[in-house]
Amino acid sequence: MPYKIVASQCTNCTACEALCPNMAISEAGNTFVIDPEKCTECIGHFDEPQCVAICPVENTCVIDASVPRYTP
Amino acid sequence: MADASFPGGQTTEASDPVVDIADVMQKMAEHKGCGTEGGSGKASCGSSDGPEDMPPEIWEKVKNHPCYSEEAHHHYARMHVAVAPACNIQCNYCNRKYDCANESRPGVVSERLTPEQASKKVLAVASTIPQMTVLGIAGPGDPLANPEKTFETFRLISEVAPDIKLCLSTNGLALPDWVDEIAKYKVDHVTITINMVDPEVGQHIYPWIFWEHKRLQGYEAAKVLTERQLLGLEMLTERGILAKINSVMIPGINDKHLVEVNKAVKERGAFLHNIMPLISAPEHGTVFGLNGQRGPTAQELKALQDECEGDMNMMRHCRQCRADAVGLLGEDRSAEFTTDKIMAMDVQYDAEGRKAYQQAVESERQAKVAAREDALEGLEKAGDVKLLVAVATKGHGIINEHFGHAKEFQIYELSATGAKFVGHRRVDLYCQGGYGEEDALDTITRAINDCHAVFVAKIGGCPRAELAEAGIEPVDQYAHDYIEKSAIAWFKDYIAKVEAGEIEHVSRGDAAIRQGALLSSAG
Ligand code: SF4
Ligand code: SF4
Ligand code: SF4
Repeated sequence: MPYKIVASQCTNCTACEALCPNMAISEAGNTFVIDPEKCTECIGHFDEPQCVAICPVENTCVIDASVPRYTP
Repeated sequence: MADASFPGGQTTEASDPVVDIADVMQKMAEHKGCGTEGGSGKASCGSSDGPEDMPPEIWEKVKNHPCYSEEAHHHYARMHVAVAPACNIQCNYCNRKYDCANESRPGVVSERLTPEQASKKVLAVASTIPQMTVLGIAGPGDPLANPEKTFETFRLISEVAPDIKLCLSTNGLALPDWVDEIAKYKVDHVTITINMVDPEVGQHIYPWIFWEHKRLQGYEAAKVLTERQLLGLEMLTERGILAKINSVMIPGINDKHLVEVNKAVKERGAFLHNIMPLISAPEHGTVFGLNGQRGPTAQELKALQDECEGDMNMMRHCRQCRADAVGLLGEDRSAEFTTDKIMAMDVQYDAEGRKAYQQAVESERQAKVAAREDALEGLEKAGDVKLLVAVATKGHGIINEHFGHAKEFQIYELSATGAKFVGHRRVDLYCQGGYGEEDALDTITRAINDCHAVFVAKIGGCPRAELAEAGIEPVDQYAHDYIEKSAIAWFKDYIAKVEAGEIEHVSRGDAAIRQGALLSSAG
């Protein structure tokens, strides 16, 4: 559940979309959004959350504190 | 749109959706292009072009490419489309909220297009402007970090318009994986931005790269990047795909190191090396902009280019133009081709008309090369005297711009061997944070402060006096004449005056490089 994109910082560069192993990321208007139902924090797929690793703006793909952490 | 006219007065025919090819050809035949009567016989207009100093097979590939040949850009146009916004590395001179800062215009976002929109745009432009011979995919982002979009765009265009040359610019990280695909679409020009060949240097330029699903930082990141860049370059060379190298000169970080970069890329078969000044201002929001990293002065840049020149072709006419600009280098007709307008257009691709236009240009260019030998007689009197002059021109190798309207000046070096094009100085004032708040005239004086004279079609009394006071001679007696011929004639007079003791030859100081890329559609 736990990653989200801070809309005001997203540059719309599309880079995260293709990297997400769960296809959790999609374009929504002027930003990209993460579907909290689909995001698994990349656990079991990669060592690092891919959206965080590729995003050109620091602190844009961040843990969404309003929902519980993902548990495999 | 105010300035989106072709040099030489082709405005009206070219902005109509239907181009009268015969009329355009007539215009092309009338003007004589650059360097008709002047020049040294060797690459007289631009440092890197002309059949004389380039292997024929390379000349064949680049002769119609406006980015690679200073001379070609008077006749041919390129366009870029922004279809690939994602990037797989971070450069300290880039703020990815905006365009790839050093490849295009800092602080401005290009319109992101789908491959379908992009190909329709290219065909619409190519049908309207027969000069359009080159399509590039460059920043923002890295085309090879978006391979599906990039190659889909190439595929769509090559199906309808096989005569359009395709090129792309990349940071090189993903390049080795895509070289075969690049070869498949007959992409014959690839630009790799290589700023270092030593990770010790690289770690100060690249904070991170994204590699094998991880973010690598510092030395490790730069090490992978340089290995991939050089491998990619070797693979291109093996397959006969032309590789041009762009390097951003960052004083104190890679300025001295770029001589080594030059050697490394030369060894691996790069055909052209373009060293560009860092463009950096706080308002660009880049790491370098914010930490006060300065760009080089004009003299520092020229000294480095001179040092690297040797037997390598250096590219000095790069204007770091906007990536999504449309038109001949230094002008922009983008406003005619917005996505809305294009999608509403019924595009008929006129392959025959384009061919006729291009043939007419070719015969004219040949005649010009053949005619390029006189004017040099008597120049040996110049001895060791070498100086720079600035020229206000709208193109076509003619002194045809009013001093006050010039957005850039072309710089020629005059010496006993003739007139040699050595670069541009931009003086457009769009960037308020640059010199925009200062007096415009002051900006110009600073930009061409290392020049002895400035050639113009016309100049007002006030700037004339101020220039003279700054020690720069305003010259308008050669208005609407060819640049090289005029510059050499003036230079001969100058030498004669020095000989007669009327004036004393003194060297001039350094000049400043405008921060911010060329914006020709300003206003
Ligand atoms: S953390 Fe991984 S799974 Fe979650 S959105 Fe980012 S890329 Fe997708
Ligand atoms: S990588 Fe970052 S900036 Fe780019 S689309 Fe995803 S969230 Fe937005
Ligand atoms: S490669 Fe281009 S888009 Fe990517 S970070 Fe560097 S300058 Fe920016």
